[in-house]
Amino acid sequence: MNRNIKYIDDFRDPATARALVARIRRDAGDAPVRLMEVCGTHTVAIARCGIRPLLSGAVTMLSGPGCPVCVTPDGYIDAAIALGRERGALLASFGDMLRVPGKSSSLEKEKGTGLEVRVVYSPLDAVALAAGLPDREVVFLGVGFETTAPAIGGAIRTAASLCLKNFSVLASVRTIPEAMGVLASDPEVRIEGFLCPAHVSVVIGTDAYRPVAQRYGIPCVVAGFEPLDILMGISMLLRQKKEGVARVENEYSRVATSAGNRRAQDMIRDVFVPCDTGWRGIGVIPGSGLRIADRYAPFDAERKFGAPVVFAREGTACRCGDVLKGKILPVDCPLFGKACVPEEPYGPCMVSSEGSCAAYYKYGDL
Amino acid sequence: MHDKILLSHGEGGKRTRDLIAKVIARYFDNPVLSPFFDAGLLGRIEGEIAFTTDGYVVTPPFFPGGDIGRLAVCGTVNDLAVCGARAVAISCGLILEEGLPMATLERALAAMRDAAKEAGVTVACGDTKVVERGKGDGIFVTTAGVGVSVDGWRPAPSEIRPGDRILLTGTMGDHQVAVLIARQNLAIEAPVRSDVAPLSGLLLPLLPRFPGKVRFMRDPTRGGVGVTLNEMASAANARFMLEEARLPVRESVRGVCEILGFDPLYLANEGKAVLVVAGDAAEAIVAALREHPYGREAAIIGEVREGGSGVRMRTLAGGVRAVDYPVGDQLPRIC
Amino acid sequence: MCLGVPAKILETGGGAAVIELGGVRREISVMLLDDVSVGEWVIVHAGFAIEKLSEGEAEQTLALFREIAEAEGSRDS
Repeated sequence: MNRNIKYIDDFRDPATARALVARIRRDAGDAPVRLMEVCGTHTVAIARCGIRPLLSGAVTMLSGPGCPVCVTPDGYIDAAIALGRERGALLASFGDMLRVPGKSSSLEKEKGTGLEVRVVYSPLDAVALAAGLPDREVVFLGVGFETTAPAIGGAIRTAASLCLKNFSVLASVRTIPEAMGVLASDPEVRIEGFLCPAHVSVVIGTDAYRPVAQRYGIPCVVAGFEPLDILMGISMLLRQKKEGVARVENEYSRVATSAGNRRAQDMIRDVFVPCDTGWRGIGVIPGSGLRIADRYAPFDAERKFGAPVVFAREGTACRCGDVLKGKILPVDCPLFGKACVPEEPYGPCMVSSEGSCAAYYKYGDL
Repeated sequence: MHDKILLSHGEGGKRTRDLIAKVIARYFDNPVLSPFFDAGLLGRIEGEIAFTTDGYVVTPPFFPGGDIGRLAVCGTVNDLAVCGARAVAISCGLILEEGLPMATLERALAAMRDAAKEAGVTVACGDTKVVERGKGDGIFVTTAGVGVSVDGWRPAPSEIRPGDRILLTGTMGDHQVAVLIARQNLAIEAPVRSDVAPLSGLLLPLLPRFPGKVRFMRDPTRGGVGVTLNEMASAANARFMLEEARLPVRESVRGVCEILGFDPLYLANEGKAVLVVAGDAAEAIVAALREHPYGREAAIIGEVREGGSGVRMRTLAGGVRAVDYPVGDQLPRIC
Repeated sequence: MCLGVPAKILETGGGAAVIELGGVRREISVMLLDDVSVGEWVIVHAGFAIEKLSEGEAEQTLALFREIAEAEGSRDS
C-alpha cells in the first residue's frame, strides 16, 4: 500500500502504535479506565484502526454525543423534507445526512420519490449551486459543530456578498463544551477522562476545556484523528490519572492551539448567536446551540419560510441517548443488531457513519 | 446522417437501417455480425459454455481512462474470465436517448470495437432502441457474453481452506474515483484514470499453468474489494484475514479518499480480480500476474484462516477490525 | 464530526487557494485564516482551510513518537 502522504502516513506508523499500546497497558490499573471520546470522527477512527481489542481490560472507550447526525432531532429531517416537498426547494446537504431517519422517512428515501437533494462537499458548493440556478430556492442543510460552523458562516457571508435571494441555511449547529459539562456532571456516566475533538479544538482553542477539567476534575487531552494521535492521547489521559491530576493537554499541537482560530471564532460570532437547543437522545442543553443571527435572517431557512424546526423528545425503545452519553455500550441496547441495523436504522447512532452503533456493527466489537 | 439520434432511428424503418448500415456497421465489421440477421450464427463451439449478462449505465459516459463502450466489453469479458471462460462472442444492446449527439454514439462504438479487438472477442449481434428525451441518460448498454471454459476449470469456493492466500491483481478504487472526478460536481482535480481493462489475458493462462491451485476468482466491481470478499467468504463459508499494510492503493486515490472520507475497500474497480489460491503457489502466481501489464501491482492481501466466516483485517495500528458489507454507496462526508 | 486533512498550498489569490494532497488538487476558501503563503500546510475541512499546520510542531511530535518507539524497542531486546 502506498504510504507516502505527508502528515497522514507519518501518524500511522505500526511500530510506534505497538509501542504506545504497550505503554498504555503498562500504565493501566486493575480496572479499565473509562474514557470518553467526545467526537464522532474519533469514534470511527478508533473503530477503523481496530484498537479496541488491543486496549481491552486497560481502557473502556465510551462514545460521546459528538456526532452531529446523532444529535440532530428527527424534526430537523422532517423540516428539510417539507421545505423540499412543499416549497420546491432544492436541498443541498453533506452526505452524512442522507440516511438519517426523520419521523417516518429520510432524505435518501424521499430522493427516491422525487425530492431534489444534491450532496455537496462544501457549503460553498451549495452557494455556487444557488448562484447558478437563480430561479430555484436552494436550502443548505447546515449541520455540524464548531468545526463546521465557521464554514457555514462563510457560506452565508458569501451568499450575502453576492446578494443571492435564493439561498438559505437550515441550521442545526451545536457546541461541544456545554454537552461535555452535562456528561461530566452525570453520576451515572462516570467519565475518568475526555479525549477531546481535534478540529473543534482547532477552532475554539484547547483552553475551552479548562472549566470542565477544573470543575469536574476530569483530565482532558485534545488528540488528532490518526491512530498514533489517538493512542498517544489515551496514553496521556492514563498518565494524568496515574498522577492524580486533571489538566488540559494538547496532543494535536501541530494544529490546535490554546486560543484557537480567532478569525474563525469571529466568523461564528458574526453569523451566529448562542441559544438553547435539543440534542437527540439527551434533551435540551442550555447554551449549546448556535442559531443564525438576526442580521442574516434572510439566509435563515426557518425564518425565511416560516418553518421552525420542532424538537420533541422521543418516547421509543431507542436508547441512542444512553449510548450517546456513554451510559451503555451499543451492544447493551435491546434494539442493536435486531430491530436496528445499518440497512434499517432505528435511531441516529446506527445511521450515521460516525454513530457509535454503526461503528460497532461495521467494524466489529472484536 | 443526422448529427443527433432521433426517435425515428429506433422505429425500425429506413432511419434505423441507415443507422445500422452507415454508423454501427462501420465499427463492427465481422462475418458474424455483417449479414445483420436477427441472430448471430456462431457455429459449432467445443467445450463447456459459460454465459453472462450485464447492463452499463455509467454517467458520464466518458471519463479518464475509459468510457461506457470499453466498460461494456471489458465487464462482460471479465465476468467470463473470472469463471475460467474465454469470451467468444458478445451482444450489444443500445438504448439511446433522443437527442444524443451522433458523435457521442460513434465514440462509444469505436471504444467498443477497440476493446473487443484487444480482448479477442466478436461483437456477434446487437439491437438499438431509442427512448424519448428525458427517459434515458444519454446512452445505456446491455450485453450478454458467451464463453468457453479453459481447461475445464470451474470456480470452486468449497475448495477454499485455511492457509490459502487472497490475491488482488492491482490497485483499488481507480475506476470509481475516475468517474466521480469526471462528474465534476466535487471540483476535485486528480490524476486518476479508470482501470477498465479486459483480464482474460491476465487470468486465463494461470489456470493451466498452476493446475489445482486457483480456487476461486471474482471481479470486484460495485462495492469494491470489500463487498466481493464478503461474497466470496460467504460462498466458501470461510474466514478471511486481510493485511491493511498490503492493500495496493494509488496515492492519488488515497488523496481523494482522505478528502471525502471514503474507504478504498468499497470503491468499484473495472480492471481487477480477486483470487483465492493455494498457499504454496501464492508467490509464484503473484509473480506470474506481475509479468502482465494489467497485473504489475498484484499483491497478496490476506489469507484464509481457521474458524468461522466473514472478513476481518489486521490494521496498520496492529488491531483487528471487521470488513463488513457497506450499507449503500459511499457519500462524501464531513464527519 | 470534523474530517479534516493536511494539505499543501500551491497557489493563492482572492480569498481562495489551491491545495494539494497526494497529488490531488482542489480550490478551497482561506477566508478563515489571516494569510497563507504558497508552500504552507493547512487543515482542510468542508472546502475551507480552518488552520495552519505547523511543520515544526509536527516534527517535534514525530520525534517524540520515534523516541517512544525506540524506547519500547530496547525494552523488548
